[in-house]
Amino acid sequence: MDTKPPATAELVTRLSEIARELRIMDIEMISEAGSGHPGGTLSAADMVAALFFHKLRLRPEEPDWPDRDRFILSKGHCIPIVYAAMAKQGFFDPGLLKTLRKLGSPLQGHPDRTRLPGIEASTGSLGQGLSVATGMALAGKLDRASWRVYCMLGDGEVQAGQVWEAAMFAPRHGLDNLCAILDHNQVQQTGKVSEILDISPIVDKWRAFNWHVLEIDGHDMSQIVDALDAAESVSGGPTMIVSRTVKGKGVSWMELNSEWHGKAPDPEQTRRALAELRGED
Amino acid sequence: MGGAATRDAFGTAIVRVGSDERVVVLTGDLRDSTRTEKFAETFPERFFDVGIAERNMLGIAAGLALSGKVPWAASFAAFVAGRFETLRVSVAYQEANVRIVGTHSGTGVGDDGYSQMALEDIAGIRALPNVSIVNPCDAIETERAVEYLLDHVGPAYLRLTRQKVDDVNAEGYRFEFGKAVQLRDGNDVAIFGTGATVQEALKAADSLAQGGVTARVVNAHTLKPFDEDAVLRAAADCRALVTVEDHSATGGLGSAVAEVLATRDGGAPLLILGTTDFGESGSAEELYEKHGISGERVAESTRQFLESLG
Repeated sequence: MDTKPPATAELVTRLSEIARELRIMDIEMISEAGSGHPGGTLSAADMVAALFFHKLRLRPEEPDWPDRDRFILSKGHCIPIVYAAMAKQGFFDPGLLKTLRKLGSPLQGHPDRTRLPGIEASTGSLGQGLSVATGMALAGKLDRASWRVYCMLGDGEVQAGQVWEAAMFAPRHGLDNLCAILDHNQVQQTGKVSEILDISPIVDKWRAFNWHVLEIDGHDMSQIVDALDAAESVSGGPTMIVSRTVKGKGVSWMELNSEWHGKAPDPEQTRRALAELRGED
Repeated sequence: MGGAATRDAFGTAIVRVGSDERVVVLTGDLRDSTRTEKFAETFPERFFDVGIAERNMLGIAAGLALSGKVPWAASFAAFVAGRFETLRVSVAYQEANVRIVGTHSGTGVGDDGYSQMALEDIAGIRALPNVSIVNPCDAIETERAVEYLLDHVGPAYLRLTRQKVDDVNAEGYRFEFGKAVQLRDGNDVAIFGTGATVQEALKAADSLAQGGVTARVVNAHTLKPFDEDAVLRAAADCRALVTVEDHSATGGLGSAVAEVLATRDGGAPLLILGTTDFGESGSAEELYEKHGISGERVAESTRQFLESLG
């Protein structure tokens, strides 16, 4: 089905390096803020790098460019990794990253589209983003537009019923301009997803809802790029990329540890985390 | 008095404004009850039945609005205003230009009973900083409100009735968003109604007039932004104020008036009439009587209130 060549080694290397930079910016930002969600930002870093530096058609200098692709982070608490990508892309002055979660900052703890141009949707109440993305995709279809809509969800998030309301709607209306991504990092705020409310078999669930499902290793950049490229050539319905990831990926002692869902590292932990991400350990 | 349900008037008006290509209508398996069938037949490409999934409907409406459409998401008021968490984040917080259309508001729903009646919708939505609330009193006002809302900027809630209501306004009525309408003048008491209770306020004024009490009647069709001046004028001119609404006595029209009186110079005694319990099955007339919001019950309560003031 996919006629494009697989991701080139050069592209994969470039995007992997960007993902590493984003992780570093992310930890610096959350540490500076003194609160935030490192685990789910680190698991999403590779996908966010591929989206913002390979797939999404954006104009950072013209954030409301009508023909841009739309990206919605439904798992809104992980927005710092997206802020990092946006700053690196030139949507705003990287100096603003230091204001994350501070009074008056456009970089709210959860994304606010009214405060930061380039944010497509205000999210954070889990379960709502896919519906908004679906509405955008529907508008795109009504206007016969060429832009596409991407929406990233968390695996704990898909425990919410509204997600499945949207999941039923999008295939029914042939929204092949919609690509959802499940950041399946296995851990939610208070423990393992499989133990709190198991979502498996998650691939079968989305298939049963008539989505085109791709299952990848979400830390293998060539698989990420190939999946995003493949989703573009799917016609007739939406695509779900089940991206199998590791919460806290890149900082060994944060990995798969729910303790690092919603806590900022202290200065010493920050130093150790950054050293590991920079390969200095 | 003739009259039609305000949902019927919405169904007529939405087809008329539907010639605007930005208009998209959504409903959740209620195209008949919400009177959106005619729109669905006329503009099938811009009509979407989302199934019984009102949270998703509100989210989709928000996404459409953020992409330049003017979506109207219609269901029973209880089911759209009841999806409050989606309403507050995906619609209100995003400043999504959505029109939330709630039919079957209040005890006027009648036989179906409480689960189908929105009695707390105004209270909840009034607390959201940016969602306008329009609660028209008759068919003409509904049609004019729909035409107004087409170009309104910002989220808005349109509250409609299942049951028929009297024609309060004459042909040629001009709807002015945010401005209450004084339907009758009087100095003894001012009775504020909204939506289906405006006709009850008028009936109450007729009844009071027989006893020599002159009642000003005010149609508060826009509950947010609220016409504070109309309240202050009434407080200056009349001995007392009475509010009557087919909604909880907590958080709706009565509260809006109380907030004005309590925080501005020049107070006046206020009697708030609305539901104080869950609704139940019965005819709309029986329920209005039981919950003290029928014209006769309003007149009776007003007489007692005025007497108590000495």
